[in-house]
Amino acid sequence: MSNYILPLMVLGIVLYGIFKKVDMYDVFIDGSKEGFKMAFTIFPNLLAMIVSVNILIDSGFLEFVINLLLPVLKVPIEVISLAIMRPISGNATLALLNTIYTKYGVDSFYGLLSSTIQGCTDTTFYVIALYYGSIGIKNTRYALKTSLLADFVGITASLMICYFLFS
Amino acid sequence: MKINETILNSTKISLELLLQIFPVVALWLGIASIASASGLLEKLANALTKVLGPLFPDIPKGHVSLSYIASNIIANVFGLGSAATPFGLKAMSSLQELNEDKKTASRSMITFTTINTSGVTIIPTTIIALRILYGSKNPTATVLATILATSLSTLSGLFFDYLYRRKHE
Repeated sequence: MSNYILPLMVLGIVLYGIFKKVDMYDVFIDGSKEGFKMAFTIFPNLLAMIVSVNILIDSGFLEFVINLLLPVLKVPIEVISLAIMRPISGNATLALLNTIYTKYGVDSFYGLLSSTIQGCTDTTFYVIALYYGSIGIKNTRYALKTSLLADFVGITASLMICYFLFS
Repeated sequence: MKINETILNSTKISLELLLQIFPVVALWLGIASIASASGLLEKLANALTKVLGPLFPDIPKGHVSLSYIASNIIANVFGLGSAATPFGLKAMSSLQELNEDKKTASRSMITFTTINTSGVTIIPTTIIALRILYGSKNPTATVLATILATSLSTLSGLFFDYLYRRKHE
């Protein structure tokens, strides 16, 4: 069903535009040009975020945190890593999902748990850097704090819900 | 040392990411401006004002930023991440028009990014596609769990947003 939503959305917008006699092509080109400007404005933010996130991952700091949590939570190291990386890096979580799916099985408990964690929240750091960076905001006040707390609730809830539903 | 490689590789990764999202953003901004010129976005906003209005009290009635916020949320709810980002960026730039201090995030911006980062969804398309790719016998097995978890995350996000806002203002 979700395969049809995208084309239907585009079709609906275009049909409504025809109905309202919008100068479709010119309007489209003008809007699209804005994407060009936007891409140039967001690139430095993207660059800064990705370089610092990757340094954080490869410096071994996250490994240190994960090893601290390992004895407390009784789930495999890959799942803990996924939970910690989820708000930080989209690429890293996809790599971890790949490991979990192949090592434990996509329909195993850990496979189901990881799928839920992956789906329940977004890459918070990426969204914050991109969205605020695109309009030149330097002071994001409490934006990161609220989002990370919500991520924490979502991931903890995923754990509990999966234990309740799947084990 | 590995870290040297990381630093240099990251620059390449960020350019790849930009090249990945840029064409999609350009396409959707074009389509979004058709929806905006035809008045469709405005209609959408009016329909959703009742639900979203109370969360964004400092957005004037009928202001275009609310329609972009609504479009972004709708795209996310149906798992259309690629369509959601351009709407989100437009929402931010129109919220910036209302913002008094251009260097500091407004309360509506924070409420919006909180909803957005908590990943509101009904059909987690990406994860279903991934599960199919890895040969799952039941690719939609986690949909219910995901909806429950993401709802809790969004609701708690709004709650934390409220708490911090009271602390800051």
